Amino acid sequence: MSKLREKTPGFIFMALALSSISALALITVFIIVNGAPIIAKVGFIDFVFGMTWAPSEGEFGIFPMILGSVLVTLGAAIIGVPVGICCSIFLAEFAPVPLRGIFRPAIQLLAGIPSVVYGFWGLLFIVPLIRDRLGGPGLSILAGAIILAIMILPTIISISEVSLIALPRHYKEGSLALGLTHWQTIRSVMMPAAKSGIVAAVILGIGRAIGETMAVIMVLGNAVAVPESILDPVRTLTTNIGIEMGYASGEHQQALFATGIVLFVIIMILNLLAQYITTRRPR
Amino acid sequence: MSDETRTDASDKPRTDASDKPRTDASDKPRMRVNPRITERIAKAIIWSAALLVMVVLLAIIIYILIKGLPVIDWQFLTENPHNMGRDGGVFSTIIGTLMVVAVAIIIAVPFGIGTAFYLAEYTREGLFTRIVRFSAESLAGIPSIVYGLFGFLFFVIYLDLGWSVLSGGLTLAVMILPTIIRTSEEAIITVPRSYREVSFSLGGTKWQTTLKAVFPSALRGVANGIILSIGRCIAETAAVVLTAGSTLRMPTSLFSPTRTMAVHFYILAREGISMENAYGTAALLIILIFIINVVVNALIDRFVAKNR
Repeated sequence: MSKLREKTPGFIFMALALSSISALALITVFIIVNGAPIIAKVGFIDFVFGMTWAPSEGEFGIFPMILGSVLVTLGAAIIGVPVGICCSIFLAEFAPVPLRGIFRPAIQLLAGIPSVVYGFWGLLFIVPLIRDRLGGPGLSILAGAIILAIMILPTIISISEVSLIALPRHYKEGSLALGLTHWQTIRSVMMPAAKSGIVAAVILGIGRAIGETMAVIMVLGNAVAVPESILDPVRTLTTNIGIEMGYASGEHQQALFATGIVLFVIIMILNLLAQYITTRRPR
Repeated sequence: MSDETRTDASDKPRTDASDKPRTDASDKPRMRVNPRITERIAKAIIWSAALLVMVVLLAIIIYILIKGLPVIDWQFLTENPHNMGRDGGVFSTIIGTLMVVAVAIIIAVPFGIGTAFYLAEYTREGLFTRIVRFSAESLAGIPSIVYGLFGFLFFVIYLDLGWSVLSGGLTLAVMILPTIIRTSEEAIITVPRSYREVSFSLGGTKWQTTLKAVFPSALRGVANGIILSIGRCIAETAAVVLTAGSTLRMPTSLFSPTRTMAVHFYILAREGISMENAYGTAALLIILIFIINVVVNALIDRFVAKNR
């Protein structure tokens, strides 16, 4: 009896673990099974590289949205990555202790604010600013990039900060003892040593940017077209699903699941890359 | 070491910092820059980046609170929305949010903690644990809209639960599972070995040790992960709108469709139904998230203090 009682928890925990991870398998299967038929029907090349998205006429080409996702994410990375890495260095090395006590919870709060609130703020604040100062409709790649840059900051800051803090103390001490300045130590000793963590942080941040939906729906303008400048509106893969899922049916709905497959594959590749980089043994 | 003159494209602040003084100081191509000047410039850039982030955060929060706080009063909290949300309050969306979050937490917590205990206490590192960890990491990176699609296909259509509190809650449960697994596992691993050893030496079995020695010490870390997940559920829009629906009627059971506060806010703002009520709902959401963050930080502080 007591033996049974000893064995049961282990089995229960294992069963729970098994069902937890089966979620990933279920998600993969359900998205692919429901989206694949339309890709097969339209043809993979025509689906991914097709320029026309006209669900009512049965034309499903998502290339403008792939381009939209890539451009907005690239913009977010260009703005967010340098700022994020600077902030992580600030937190790990420069911030006085009381300031650190404010800054870190502030970053957490930034991570917790609903994405729709960011979108709303962007719509009322960033979009008019762009429209008045730079021209165009305001709803644009630039507005989306700025909002996403703010939203990926917590991911980039917290992961790179952790990898900077986790470095052995003697790296820094040795370098300082050799007479290098604090900044020289950070960039020629600490940054290279923490590189894998920082790169993973950037990749995960980019993953978040590609996956964000509700915030960018509000500020991107959502036009299905190839943009000519960063002041033009675009539609991304996520916003395509978010906007049309509400009323789509039949093949149209399947095409949205297929859009989900493309998004899913992109994200999984980024995840694998980040996991590979972080688990690889450091040289 | 002449690192100053080396340019490395992967590191933006570095090039910024070292390029400027070089051109100022001399026109020789490989002139060594005074490290003290570089130091000062680097510091200035890093401080201004941090300052910029703080300013942006404050700008967002203050803007929403200034516009939203005046809208929030007792009536706003306790009255149901009328006229598509143009009039009235947000009461039914508060109830909807509570129900959806409750379902998500009740489902996700046992699975999450069980998985964490399995990984941390009940198995050796091997292929299976690698697969579990890999899956959890991958699940953590999947965008919420994909969870929404999955929830729609699996819970709403396949299991025929329809747009409902249950579908929404289950979808969110899958979404927060990785967070709960990771935070719980970390909390369990940081329980000092000596706790387990003492329990074993007193004749405690594996299960007794897990339950009576490890779990209580890990509880605070586990609670931290759960509260964090509650915050994520409250803030989520994309996954919920596809699975719980967006009706304004008061949910009466687990099978009735509902609208959460975040979805309500999104619809009010996007369709321009009522900016005033949108601000009010947004302010309410920010206050909720703020309270959750304060609670989490208090928990972490006590956790850290206790383990010191």
